[in-house]
Amino acid sequence: MRRIGDAPVVRRLLIGAALVLSALFLLLPLVAIFAQAFSEGVMVFWANVSNTFTLHAIGLTLMIALLTIPVCLVFGVALAWLVTRFSFPGRRILQTLIDIPFAVSPVVAGLIYLLLYGRNGWIGTWLDGYDIQLMFSWPGILMVTIFVTCPFVARELIPLMQAQGSREEEAAVTLGASGWTTFRRVTLPNIRWALLYGVILTNARAVGEFGAVSVVSGAIRGKTNTLPLHLEQLYQDYNAVGAFACAALLAFIALLTLSAKAGLEWRAARREAFA
Amino acid sequence: MLELHQVHKTYTTPQGALKVLDDVSLRLAPGQSLALMGESGSGKSTLLHLAAGLDLPDQGSINLSGQNVATLAEPARAKLRREQLGLVFQQFHLVPSLRVIDNLRLQARLASRDDTEWTAYLIARLGLEGLEKRYPEQLSGGQQQRLAIGRALAPRPSLLLADEPTGNLDETTAGEVLELLLSLVHETQCALLVVTHSPKVAAPLDRCLRLRHGKLINTAI
Repeated sequence: MRRIGDAPVVRRLLIGAALVLSALFLLLPLVAIFAQAFSEGVMVFWANVSNTFTLHAIGLTLMIALLTIPVCLVFGVALAWLVTRFSFPGRRILQTLIDIPFAVSPVVAGLIYLLLYGRNGWIGTWLDGYDIQLMFSWPGILMVTIFVTCPFVARELIPLMQAQGSREEEAAVTLGASGWTTFRRVTLPNIRWALLYGVILTNARAVGEFGAVSVVSGAIRGKTNTLPLHLEQLYQDYNAVGAFACAALLAFIALLTLSAKAGLEWRAARREAFA
Repeated sequence: MLELHQVHKTYTTPQGALKVLDDVSLRLAPGQSLALMGESGSGKSTLLHLAAGLDLPDQGSINLSGQNVATLAEPARAKLRREQLGLVFQQFHLVPSLRVIDNLRLQARLASRDDTEWTAYLIARLGLEGLEKRYPEQLSGGQQQRLAIGRALAPRPSLLLADEPTGNLDETTAGEVLELLLSLVHETQCALLVVTHSPKVAAPLDRCLRLRHGKLINTAI
C-alpha cells in the first residue's frame, strides 16, 4: 500500500518545507543574534560582556543554576521513587501536582511567591520580624527558579522507572542489599541517563528563566539582575549590541546544553546497540 | 540453624482477614534439606519470606543462626540475608543490567565475601564458562537459574531458601538444575529449604513437610 510520503515529489516537498521552516524560525534567529552581537567588532562585544554589570549577571545566573540543580535532582529522584515504587492514597493527585509549574505561567508563579514571601505577604510579614527578606534578593530568585524547574527531573524519571518496574530492586533486597546500596548499585545505574537529561533541561530552564525571576528580583543592576533580565534592560536602554552580546552568551549556553543532550542521546543509543 | 516456633501470619484483604500461617513450627539442622509442599495459597511462599526476613510474623519466633529474625530491624535483617542466606526464586530475579560474572558476584560483594577462586569454581560447575560477559537476557532459562543458584551460593551461606527453583523450566532442564543445586548444596554443607509443588523435587531431600490452609499437617521422610 502506498503512503502519502512515498511519492518522490511529495517527499522532496515535505523535506524542503521542513528545511525552509527550520532555517527561517530556528537557524536564522540564532545567526541574527551572533551577527548583531559582533556587528561592531569583537572588541565592542568583549567590552559589553566584560562590563561589571554583565559579569555580575553572569555570576548570579550561574550561581542560581548551580544551586537549583542539586535541589531539583534530590526532589525529582525522591518524587519519582515515591510515585513509581509505592502505592498510597493520593498518588495520582501527586502525579498531577508535579505538573503545576508547567501549567502555571512563570509570571503568575512569581506573583504567588511575592504574595507569600513579600514584605507584606503571609509568610513574608513573619519573616520580616526576624529581619529576613527573601524577595528582591537572590534567595527569592532561587525559590522561583526551583519552582519553575522542579518537574523536569521527575518528569524524565517517572515514565522510565514505571517501565523498568521494581524487579531489580526486589532482587537486590533479597540479596540483603540495604536501601542505600539498592539505590546506588541498582536504581541509579538504570536511571542515570534520564537523570542527566533531566539535569540538562533543568539547567537550560534555570539559566534562561525570565518571567518568574523578573517579578521577584526587582531587577537591580549589579545586585539582583540575572542574564535574561540584564539583556532586557540593555535593550530598553537602546544598547542593542550589548543586549545581543548577552543574548549570544545565553544562546551559547543553550547550544552547549543541546550538544550535551545530543551527546547523551548518542551514548545511550550506542549502549543500547551494544547491549 | 533455622527454627520456626508457633508462627502465625494473617494478611488483611478487601474481603477480610486472611490467615496464611497458623501455629507453624519446624526445625532445620545445619546441612539438612527440607521440602515444603502444599497447594497454591497454602502459605508456603509466605513461610519462606518470613524465614528470609522479607516479612515479619504476627506471632511466634524465627531463629536463624541464633538470631530471632522477628525482632530484628530491617538493616539487621538485610545483613543477615546477605551473610547467612541464599535465595533462589522461580523467576530467577537476576539484575538485567549486570553481566553474568557481576550477577554471580553481586551478593558476595554485598557481604564482603567475594572470593575469586570460589567464583571461578562456581562458573565452571554451573557450566557458564565463556558466558561471563553476557547479560542475563542472552542466556537460556536453565542457564539463568543456574546463575541464580551460583549467586546465592557465592557468599557461602549457611542456609539456602528456594521457591519453586525449577518451576519455570522444562522437565529435562529442571532435572539438570535440581541435580546441580543438590550437588552444590552438598559440597558447601549448607542447609536447604525448598518450597515446591513437585514430588520429583521433594523426593531427593532429607525431609518433606506439607502445608494445608496455613497448618503443617503431616511429615514424611
